[in-house]
Amino acid sequence: MKYFTTFITLLLVYLLLAGFQVNEVILGSVLSVILTVILTKYVDYKIDILFPIRFLKFLFIYIPVFIYKLVLANLDVARRVLSFKIPLNPGIVKVKTDIKGDLGKLTLANSITLTPGTLSIDVEDDVIYVHAIDVKGKNKKEHSKNIAGTFEKILGGIFK
Amino acid sequence: MEIVSYIFLIIGGLFFLLGGLGVLRMPDTFNRIQAGTKATTLGVFSTLIGVAFANPDWIAKVIVIIVFVAISNPIGSSAIAKAIYNSKNVPGNLVIDELKERGEDNDNDVV
Repeated sequence: MKYFTTFITLLLVYLLLAGFQVNEVILGSVLSVILTVILTKYVDYKIDILFPIRFLKFLFIYIPVFIYKLVLANLDVARRVLSFKIPLNPGIVKVKTDIKGDLGKLTLANSITLTPGTLSIDVEDDVIYVHAIDVKGKNKKEHSKNIAGTFEKILGGIFK
Repeated sequence: MEIVSYIFLIIGGLFFLLGGLGVLRMPDTFNRIQAGTKATTLGVFSTLIGVAFANPDWIAKVIVIIVFVAISNPIGSSAIAKAIYNSKNVPGNLVIDELKERGEDNDNDVV
Protein backbone atom coordinates (compact mmCIF):
# COMPACT_ATOMS: atom_id res chain seq x y z
CA MET A 1 0.00 0.00 0.00
CA LYS A 2 2.75 2.40 1.00
CA TYR A 3 4.85 1.61 -2.08
CA PHE A 4 1.86 1.85 -4.39
CA THR A 5 0.64 5.23 -3.07
CA THR A 6 4.12 6.75 -3.13
CA PHE A 7 4.68 5.51 -6.68
CA ILE A 8 1.34 6.85 -7.95
CA THR A 9 1.87 10.24 -6.31
CA LEU A 10 5.36 10.68 -7.75
CA LEU A 11 4.28 9.56 -11.21
CA LEU A 12 1.30 11.89 -11.15
CA VAL A 13 3.41 14.92 -10.19
CA TYR A 14 5.92 14.06 -12.91
CA LEU A 15 3.24 13.64 -15.56
CA LEU A 16 1.42 16.81 -14.57
CA LEU A 17 4.65 18.75 -15.01
CA ALA A 18 5.92 17.00 -18.14
CA GLY A 19 2.74 16.25 -20.10
CA PHE A 20 1.03 12.97 -20.97
CA GLN A 21 3.08 11.35 -23.75
CA VAL A 22 4.21 7.75 -24.09
CA ASN A 23 7.92 8.39 -23.64
CA GLU A 24 7.27 10.66 -20.66
CA VAL A 25 5.18 7.93 -19.02
CA ILE A 26 8.02 5.41 -19.44
CA LEU A 27 10.71 7.76 -18.12
CA GLY A 28 8.45 8.93 -15.29
CA SER A 29 7.70 5.34 -14.23
CA VAL A 30 11.39 4.43 -14.10
CA LEU A 31 12.24 7.54 -12.06
CA SER A 32 9.26 7.00 -9.76
CA VAL A 33 10.30 3.40 -9.05
CA ILE A 34 13.82 4.52 -8.14
CA LEU A 35 12.55 7.36 -5.93
CA THR A 36 9.97 5.11 -4.28
CA VAL A 37 12.66 2.58 -3.30
CA ILE A 38 14.88 5.35 -1.89
CA LEU A 39 12.07 7.17 -0.07
CA THR A 40 10.52 4.11 1.57
CA LYS A 41 13.94 2.97 2.71
CA TYR A 42 15.27 6.20 4.20
CA VAL A 43 12.25 8.35 5.09
CA ASP A 44 9.95 7.32 7.89
CA TYR A 45 6.26 7.74 7.14
CA LYS A 46 3.11 5.66 7.20
CA ILE A 47 0.25 5.26 4.77
CA ASP A 48 -2.65 3.06 5.85
CA ILE A 49 -5.77 1.66 4.23
CA LEU A 50 -7.85 4.71 5.16
CA PHE A 51 -5.56 7.04 3.25
CA PRO A 52 -7.84 7.54 0.20
CA ILE A 53 -10.82 8.39 2.43
CA ARG A 54 -8.77 10.88 4.41
CA PHE A 55 -7.44 12.37 1.22
CA LEU A 56 -10.98 12.87 -0.11
CA LYS A 57 -12.00 14.45 3.21
CA PHE A 58 -9.00 16.74 2.92
CA LEU A 59 -9.95 17.70 -0.63
CA PHE A 60 -13.65 18.35 -0.10
CA ILE A 61 -13.89 19.59 3.49
CA TYR A 62 -10.57 21.23 4.27
CA ILE A 63 -9.79 22.95 0.95
CA PRO A 64 -13.07 24.96 0.62
CA VAL A 65 -12.81 26.19 4.21
CA PHE A 66 -9.16 27.04 3.62
CA ILE A 67 -9.89 29.08 0.51
CA TYR A 68 -12.80 30.86 2.23
CA LYS A 69 -10.53 31.77 5.16
CA LEU A 70 -7.75 32.87 2.81
CA VAL A 71 -10.08 35.29 1.04
CA LEU A 72 -11.30 36.57 4.41
CA ALA A 73 -7.69 37.05 5.51
CA ASN A 74 -6.95 39.10 2.44
CA LEU A 75 -10.00 41.29 2.91
CA ASP A 76 -8.86 41.75 6.51
CA VAL A 77 -5.38 42.81 5.38
CA ALA A 78 -6.94 45.15 2.81
CA ARG A 79 -9.17 46.72 5.44
CA ARG A 80 -6.25 47.28 7.80
CA VAL A 81 -3.90 48.60 5.14
CA LEU A 82 -6.41 51.00 3.64
CA SER A 83 -7.74 52.40 6.89
CA PHE A 84 -6.33 55.76 7.89
CA LYS A 85 -4.92 54.65 11.24
CA ILE A 86 -4.03 50.96 11.26
CA PRO A 87 -5.98 49.13 14.00
CA LEU A 88 -3.45 47.08 15.96
CA ASN A 89 -3.36 45.12 19.19
CA PRO A 90 -0.57 42.62 18.54
CA GLY A 91 0.70 39.84 20.77
CA ILE A 92 2.25 36.39 20.77
CA VAL A 93 -0.10 33.69 22.00
CA LYS A 94 0.31 30.03 22.87
CA VAL A 95 -2.10 27.67 21.11
CA LYS A 96 -2.46 24.11 22.35
CA THR A 97 -3.32 21.43 19.81
CA ASP A 98 -4.48 17.82 20.10
CA ILE A 99 -3.14 16.80 16.70
CA LYS A 100 -0.25 14.36 17.05
CA GLY A 101 1.32 13.73 13.65
CA ASP A 102 4.00 15.95 12.16
CA LEU A 103 2.11 16.42 8.90
CA GLY A 104 -1.06 17.37 10.78
CA LYS A 105 0.80 19.94 12.85
CA LEU A 106 2.44 21.36 9.73
CA THR A 107 -0.92 21.74 8.03
CA LEU A 108 -2.43 23.35 11.12
CA ALA A 109 0.46 25.81 11.43
CA ASN A 110 0.21 26.71 7.75
CA SER A 111 -3.55 27.17 8.03
CA ILE A 112 -3.06 29.46 11.01
CA THR A 113 -0.59 31.56 9.04
CA LEU A 114 -3.07 32.03 6.22
CA THR A 115 -6.14 32.81 8.35
CA PRO A 116 -7.10 36.40 9.22
CA GLY A 117 -4.69 38.21 11.51
CA THR A 118 -2.48 35.35 12.66
CA LEU A 119 1.04 34.10 11.93
CA SER A 120 2.51 30.94 13.44
CA ILE A 121 6.06 31.48 14.63
CA ASP A 122 7.17 28.21 16.17
CA VAL A 123 5.91 24.68 16.76
CA GLU A 124 7.05 22.75 19.81
CA ASP A 125 5.54 19.39 20.79
CA ASP A 126 1.84 20.17 21.17
CA VAL A 127 2.12 23.95 21.33
CA ILE A 128 2.07 26.41 18.47
CA TYR A 129 3.27 29.97 19.16
CA VAL A 130 1.14 32.39 17.18
CA HIS A 131 1.53 36.09 16.51
CA ALA A 132 -1.90 37.73 16.29
CA ILE A 133 -2.55 41.24 15.00
CA ASP A 134 -5.58 41.63 17.23
CA VAL A 135 -5.55 39.63 20.49
CA LYS A 136 -9.14 38.92 21.43
CA GLY A 137 -10.55 37.22 24.52
CA LYS A 138 -9.72 37.50 28.19
CA ASN A 139 -7.73 34.36 29.01
CA LYS A 140 -5.50 31.83 27.28
CA LYS A 141 -8.24 29.34 26.48
CA GLU A 142 -10.22 31.93 24.57
CA HIS A 143 -7.11 32.86 22.58
CA SER A 144 -6.58 29.28 21.49
CA LYS A 145 -10.19 28.87 20.56
CA ASN A 146 -10.34 32.08 18.57
CA ILE A 147 -7.27 31.22 16.56
CA ALA A 148 -7.26 27.49 15.91
CA GLY A 149 -10.86 26.40 16.60
CA THR A 150 -12.32 25.67 13.16
CA PHE A 151 -9.22 24.23 11.59
CA GLU A 152 -8.39 22.02 14.52
CA LYS A 153 -11.83 20.44 14.36
CA ILE A 154 -11.53 19.75 10.64
CA LEU A 155 -7.93 18.57 10.68
CA GLY A 156 -8.51 16.41 13.75
CA GLY A 157 -10.81 14.26 11.64
CA ILE A 158 -8.27 13.95 8.85
CA PHE A 159 -4.92 13.57 10.58
CA LYS A 160 -4.65 11.74 13.86
CA MET B 1 -12.58 32.82 -21.58
CA GLU B 2 -10.13 35.64 -22.19
CA ILE B 3 -12.19 38.07 -20.16
CA VAL B 4 -12.36 35.70 -17.18
CA SER B 5 -8.60 35.30 -17.33
CA TYR B 6 -8.10 39.07 -17.39
CA ILE B 7 -10.39 39.47 -14.38
CA PHE B 8 -8.37 36.94 -12.40
CA LEU B 9 -5.09 38.56 -13.43
CA ILE B 10 -6.33 41.98 -12.36
CA ILE B 11 -7.54 40.64 -9.00
CA GLY B 12 -4.14 38.98 -8.51
CA GLY B 13 -2.34 42.20 -9.30
CA LEU B 14 -4.59 44.08 -6.92
CA PHE B 15 -3.70 41.72 -4.06
CA PHE B 16 0.01 42.08 -4.84
CA LEU B 17 -0.46 45.85 -4.67
CA LEU B 18 -2.22 45.54 -1.32
CA GLY B 19 0.57 43.29 -0.05
CA GLY B 20 3.20 45.80 -1.04
CA LEU B 21 1.22 48.60 0.54
CA GLY B 22 0.89 46.49 3.71
CA VAL B 23 4.64 45.94 3.88
CA LEU B 24 5.13 49.69 3.56
CA ARG B 25 2.45 50.83 5.99
CA MET B 26 2.57 48.29 8.84
CA PRO B 27 4.54 49.55 11.81
CA ASP B 28 6.57 46.49 12.86
CA THR B 29 8.18 43.35 11.47
CA PHE B 30 5.64 40.68 12.39
CA ASN B 31 2.71 42.65 11.01
CA ARG B 32 4.65 43.30 7.83
CA ILE B 33 5.27 39.58 7.39
CA GLN B 34 1.56 38.92 7.92
CA ALA B 35 0.45 41.38 5.27
CA GLY B 36 3.11 40.18 2.86
CA THR B 37 2.38 36.46 3.22
CA LYS B 38 -1.39 36.57 2.93
CA ALA B 39 -1.61 38.99 0.06
CA THR B 40 1.09 37.29 -2.00
CA THR B 41 -0.38 33.82 -1.48
CA LEU B 42 -3.81 34.78 -2.80
CA GLY B 43 -2.16 36.98 -5.43
CA VAL B 44 -0.19 34.01 -6.77
CA PHE B 45 -3.28 31.79 -6.72
CA SER B 46 -5.35 34.34 -8.59
CA THR B 47 -2.67 35.12 -11.16
CA LEU B 48 -2.06 31.44 -11.87
CA ILE B 49 -5.78 30.74 -12.23
CA GLY B 50 -5.91 33.62 -14.71
CA VAL B 51 -3.03 32.01 -16.62
CA ALA B 52 -4.86 28.67 -16.61
CA PHE B 53 -7.96 30.31 -18.11
CA ALA B 54 -5.89 32.04 -20.77
CA ASN B 55 -4.10 28.85 -21.76
CA PRO B 56 -6.04 25.70 -20.74
CA ASP B 57 -3.17 23.37 -21.74
CA TRP B 58 -1.21 24.50 -18.70
CA ILE B 59 -3.88 23.71 -16.14
CA ALA B 60 -2.07 20.65 -14.72
CA LYS B 61 1.16 22.59 -14.23
CA VAL B 62 -0.76 25.44 -12.64
CA ILE B 63 -2.31 23.06 -10.11
CA VAL B 64 1.11 21.66 -9.18
CA ILE B 65 2.57 25.16 -8.79
CA ILE B 66 -0.39 26.26 -6.63
CA VAL B 67 0.08 23.28 -4.31
CA PHE B 68 3.80 23.97 -3.91
CA VAL B 69 3.24 27.68 -3.26
CA ALA B 70 0.46 26.93 -0.76
CA ILE B 71 2.85 24.70 1.19
CA SER B 72 6.08 26.69 0.94
CA ASN B 73 4.86 30.27 1.36
CA PRO B 74 3.59 29.98 4.99
CA ILE B 75 6.59 27.83 5.96
CA GLY B 76 8.94 30.50 4.65
CA SER B 77 7.23 33.28 6.56
CA SER B 78 7.19 31.18 9.75
CA ALA B 79 10.92 30.58 9.40
CA ILE B 80 11.55 34.30 8.94
CA ALA B 81 9.38 35.14 11.95
CA LYS B 82 11.17 32.58 14.11
CA ALA B 83 14.57 33.91 13.03
CA ILE B 84 13.47 37.45 13.91
CA TYR B 85 12.26 36.35 17.32
CA ASN B 86 15.48 34.49 18.04
CA SER B 87 17.58 37.46 16.93
CA LYS B 88 16.08 39.44 19.86
CA ASN B 89 14.79 42.23 17.64
CA VAL B 90 11.28 41.82 18.99
CA PRO B 91 9.11 44.89 18.45
CA GLY B 92 8.11 46.60 21.68
CA ASN B 93 4.40 46.95 21.00
CA LEU B 94 3.30 43.40 21.90
CA VAL B 95 0.45 43.34 24.42
CA ILE B 96 1.24 39.79 25.46
CA ASP B 97 4.25 37.58 24.78
CA GLU B 98 3.89 33.96 25.80
CA LEU B 99 6.89 32.84 23.81
CA LYS B 100 9.10 34.60 26.36
CA GLU B 101 7.95 32.27 29.12
CA ARG B 102 9.51 29.33 27.33
CA GLY B 103 12.95 30.51 28.41
CA GLU B 104 16.17 30.68 26.46
CA ASP B 105 15.94 29.12 23.06
CA ASN B 106 19.23 27.43 22.34
CA ASP B 107 18.60 25.70 19.07
CA ASN B 108 20.35 27.47 16.24
CA ASP B 109 18.72 25.64 13.38
CA VAL B 110 16.81 28.61 12.02
CA VAL B 111 18.88 30.90 9.79
